[in-house]
Amino acid sequence: MTPAALELLGVTRHFGSGATAVHALGPLDLSIAPGSFVSVLGPSGCGKSTLLRLVAGLEAPSEGRLRRGGEALDGPSRRVGVVFQEHVLFPWASVLDNVLLPADVYGLPRAAARSRALHLLERTGLADFAAQRPHSLSGGMKQRAAFCRALLPDPEILLLDEPFGALDALTREELSLDLSRLWGELGRTALLITHDIEEAILLGDRVVVMSARPGRIRADFAVDLPRPRGVDTASSPRYQEIKREIRALLFQRA
Amino acid sequence: MRQLSTPLIWLTLVLAWEGAVRALAVPAWLLPAPSAIGAMGWEWRAELLANTLVTLRETVLGFALALGLSVPLAVLVAFSRLAQRVVYPILLGLQSVPKVALAPLVTLWFGIGEWPKIVIVALVCFFPILVNIIAGFDAVPRAMLDLMHAMRASPAATFRRLRLPMALPYLFTGCKVAITFAVIGAVIAEFVAAQDGLGYLILMASAQSQTPLAFASILMLTLMSILLFRLIEMAERRLVDWKP
Repeated sequence: MTPAALELLGVTRHFGSGATAVHALGPLDLSIAPGSFVSVLGPSGCGKSTLLRLVAGLEAPSEGRLRRGGEALDGPSRRVGVVFQEHVLFPWASVLDNVLLPADVYGLPRAAARSRALHLLERTGLADFAAQRPHSLSGGMKQRAAFCRALLPDPEILLLDEPFGALDALTREELSLDLSRLWGELGRTALLITHDIEEAILLGDRVVVMSARPGRIRADFAVDLPRPRGVDTASSPRYQEIKREIRALLFQRA
Repeated sequence: MRQLSTPLIWLTLVLAWEGAVRALAVPAWLLPAPSAIGAMGWEWRAELLANTLVTLRETVLGFALALGLSVPLAVLVAFSRLAQRVVYPILLGLQSVPKVALAPLVTLWFGIGEWPKIVIVALVCFFPILVNIIAGFDAVPRAMLDLMHAMRASPAATFRRLRLPMALPYLFTGCKVAITFAVIGAVIAEFVAAQDGLGYLILMASAQSQTPLAFASILMLTLMSILLFRLIEMAERRLVDWKP
C-alpha cells in the first residue's frame, strides 16, 4: 500500500505560553491520498493558514506528528510547491525570471527549466508577459505567475493558501477552473486552504470543513463530481446538494 | 512653462541681487554683486578648477571608502546575530557623535595631507549608507522569506536573490544622503588644515577680503555637490528600474 502523501496525527498548535497562550489548531487528524485534491474549508481565524504552514514545514506543531510520503516531516521540502495568499513575486525580476526562481535555487538545468517555464506561461495565458515586470500585471495574472513558479520544479505536492483570496469573483472562478484543468493534467497531490465553499467543491475530491478556533475537523465531504469540471459543474444538481449540506453544517449553531 | 519657471526664478533673484548691490553701493568685500563674482571667478579660473579637483578627489575617495566599508559590514550584521549584537550598539553610539567635531583630531592623527580629509569624508558618509543598507536588508517582507524558506533556499541564495535586490534602493537613498554630507565633510576638513582645496580657497579669500573669490568657490562647491548627486541618481535609475 502506498503511504499517504500527507498525514497529520494528533497535530495541535499553540501560540505563546502561560495565560496568554492561544490554542490555534487541533488536535487534528488528516490523511491525504497521493494524487488527490483536498480542499480545507473554514471560517477566518480557524487556523487553516496555520495548518498549511505546518504542512509546508514552515512551522512545527506543538504536539502530534506530520508525515510526508510516509516519512517524518521536519521542514520544507523541494518536492512541495507552495502558492501563498499574496503572489510574492519579486518586483525587480521579469515574470519569466520569477517563474524560474525555483530552478535557480535548486540548481536545475537552465535550458530545460526555461522551456518548461515558457510552457507553463503559455498554458496560463502569460506567454506575452514573460519579459514584463510583475507590476504591469493584473492581480489574476500575478497569481497565475505564482502558480507557474510553484509548478516549475514539478512538485509532487501542491499547497495552496487561499490563492484566490485577493481576487475579484470573476477572476476567481476563471482561475479555479484553470487550476482544476492544470491539476487534472499533472495528477499531483494538492491541498487547498480556502474560505470559499464553491471554490472548495469545484476543485476538491474532498472538502474538509474546519471549526472555529481551535480549528478541528468537523466534517469530511467526498465530492463525487465528474472531472474535468467546468463552468457547468456549478449548476449540476449534485454540486448544489453538496453545497447545501456544507452550508447547513457551517451555519448550524454548533 | 513649468520647466522654465525654476531658471526664471533664479535669474530674477540674481538680477535683484545685482540691482540691490549696485543701488545700495554695498562694498565688494562685504557682499559682491554676481557680476563681480563672475568676473573674479573667470580671472581665477585656473586656481578654481585646480582646487575643485582637489576637493572632488577627497570627496569621491572618502565616499568610496565609506561605501567599501559599510556594505561588507551591513552584510555581516545581516548574516550574523553575534555581529548584530556586538556591532549594533557600537554603531548606534558612534552615530550620535557629530563627526565634523572630530576633524581637528583626525588631522592630528593623519597629518595635513590628503588622508585626514578622506577620513573625515568617510566618517560622515559611513553611517547614512550603513544604516540604510541594514534597513534595506530588513525590509524584506515575511512572505518572501517564507517563499525562500519553503524552497529550502540557502542563506546565500536568499541573500543574492532576495535581500540584495531588496536593499538596493535603500543603498541609493543612503548614498544620496551621504554624498551631500561628503562635500560638507571635505570642506570642514580643509578648514581645519589644508594647503589646497575649495575649503582652503574660501578661508584664504575671506581672510584677505577677496569676498568675490570666496563666493566663486562656494558656487563651485555647490555645482560639485549637485553633479555628484545627479551621478548617483543616474546610477540608481539604471540599476533600480523596477517599481514595488
